[in-house]
Amino acid sequence: MSLLEVEQLSKRFGGIVALDDCTLSVPEGSITGLIGPNGSGKTTLFNLVTGFIPRDGGEVRFKSKSIAGFGPDRIYGLGIGRTFQLARIFPRLTTLENMLVPVRRAGLRALLSHGQWGAEKARAMKMLASMDISEVAGTLGGALSYGQRKLLELAAVMMARPELVLLDEPGGGVNPALLERIAGHIQQLNRQGVTFLLVEHNLGFVMNLCHEVVVLHQGRAIAKGTPREVRENPAVLDAYLGA
Amino acid sequence: MSPTGLVRSASLILLAVVALAFPLLVSDPASTNIGVFTLMYVGLATSWNIMGGYTGYISLGHAGFFGFGCYALGLPLAHLHVGGGYAPFFLVPLAGLLTALFAIPVGWIALRTRAATFVIVTIAVMFMLQLAASNLIGLTGGTGGLRFPNPGWSGDVFNDPFYYAMLGLAVAAIAASWWIRRSKFGLGLLAIRDDEDKATAVGVPTRAFKLTAFVISAALVGMMGGVYGYYVTYVYPEFVIDPTIGISMVLMAFLGGLGTVTGPVLGALLLEPAQLWLAYHFGAIRLYLVFFAATFLLVILVLPRGIVPSLAVLLRRRLALT
Repeated sequence: MSLLEVEQLSKRFGGIVALDDCTLSVPEGSITGLIGPNGSGKTTLFNLVTGFIPRDGGEVRFKSKSIAGFGPDRIYGLGIGRTFQLARIFPRLTTLENMLVPVRRAGLRALLSHGQWGAEKARAMKMLASMDISEVAGTLGGALSYGQRKLLELAAVMMARPELVLLDEPGGGVNPALLERIAGHIQQLNRQGVTFLLVEHNLGFVMNLCHEVVVLHQGRAIAKGTPREVRENPAVLDAYLGA
Repeated sequence: MSPTGLVRSASLILLAVVALAFPLLVSDPASTNIGVFTLMYVGLATSWNIMGGYTGYISLGHAGFFGFGCYALGLPLAHLHVGGGYAPFFLVPLAGLLTALFAIPVGWIALRTRAATFVIVTIAVMFMLQLAASNLIGLTGGTGGLRFPNPGWSGDVFNDPFYYAMLGLAVAAIAASWWIRRSKFGLGLLAIRDDEDKATAVGVPTRAFKLTAFVISAALVGMMGGVYGYYVTYVYPEFVIDPTIGISMVLMAFLGGLGTVTGPVLGALLLEPAQLWLAYHFGAIRLYLVFFAATFLLVILVLPRGIVPSLAVLLRRRLALT
């Protein structure tokens, strides 16, 4: 079953067609990779799915219900989390506070009560420990290393228990050891039931990690399949090598 | 209770006693007048900080809400023929409510912009209000001004009720600021300050949060504008919708420390008495404006983060060394 379905999604920026009738789906429980040359529309697709920019046409469905036109905070509330290219965290909040911002609370009273509930704090510390960054819980986000920020961003997104997480270049700019750690965390979270859709330029990383790969080219999904199928698809070779 | 908690509670109680007893200890009107204005700015800077400090949206137009609140108290008083005495104080919450209602559409529109554009929009709204107050002569009395009822108290104790009214509003503002700062709502505001797009990506309803902070901030400022109008008994648009009032509260918050609870309080306690002293002694040449400009430059150069955050860093370093 597909958790996320994107149907004939279109987006133009002036005269540039960023997404052109793009159709793809993300199976529930999978780690799906989204690859394609620069400018093929990967980040635009993320921004449309998570409600950051309005679409020009097409449909986005999450758990068979349309979410097109919803704002980012509402979409996050429905269970779709995302990370950004170059790891965005809150620099003047501590690591622990960074973890608590995404926690959802229902009702006005809960919003006005203390920002650090014991149970939330305990869960945040547990999550930080599982990412091996609990020692920087009291450090300001701006003082963390790039690798720590990457891990923190992933950990924080998980605090609202999303069912689907969109990762924009989880392996961008990190050393091979950390890359392996990040891949491990993604696999572990996936085993706990979280579905991932990730954009990544490191093809080795994608081929090892993903169950399914979708290839974007000039705003369209031109191929999909297992990593092996995609690697051997002539259309993909054309797109990448420009033959 | 921990030792630091004990020290904190003791100093808070001491501060409360001093604040409450001030008019009894120092009874000459010149000093209690300084007290009234200092408390007003404690409240104004604290209220401004709820929006400007926590969310990072710098409004230079809060003097507009100050003036709006002033008229929102003065006009009902005039039209309902309310006499002097204590009665007008009971209508101050109404002025706050009206200011809040006014701030909702203003915030709705202004908060579609960010950073420098937001600053400009707030300034524009303030001047539009000033123009409206000057031109809606039938309603506001225009540049001829608005007269509040005469309180009717004798000169030697005249300031005292206003002192306690401003004290009450300042305490309300500090309580609101403290409450918000430690709440889940406040955490969302700080997240907006740091990175608004990221905040919305992790589920913070940024528009609703910003608007709520904006309206709370404006309503508190409006109530202080109301008490101010009754205190000075006669106002006209340029006098009460005065950009220097709006800039003063911002400067105090900057000096003390943006986004902290105590910073704006400290900033107001330091700057307002100094400004009044200068105004008394060199009033004719408006030296206090030069003083304000110089202070602002110094703050930006030496303490860009404000006194409280800088001291906190210093203290932490000391503690780390020992």
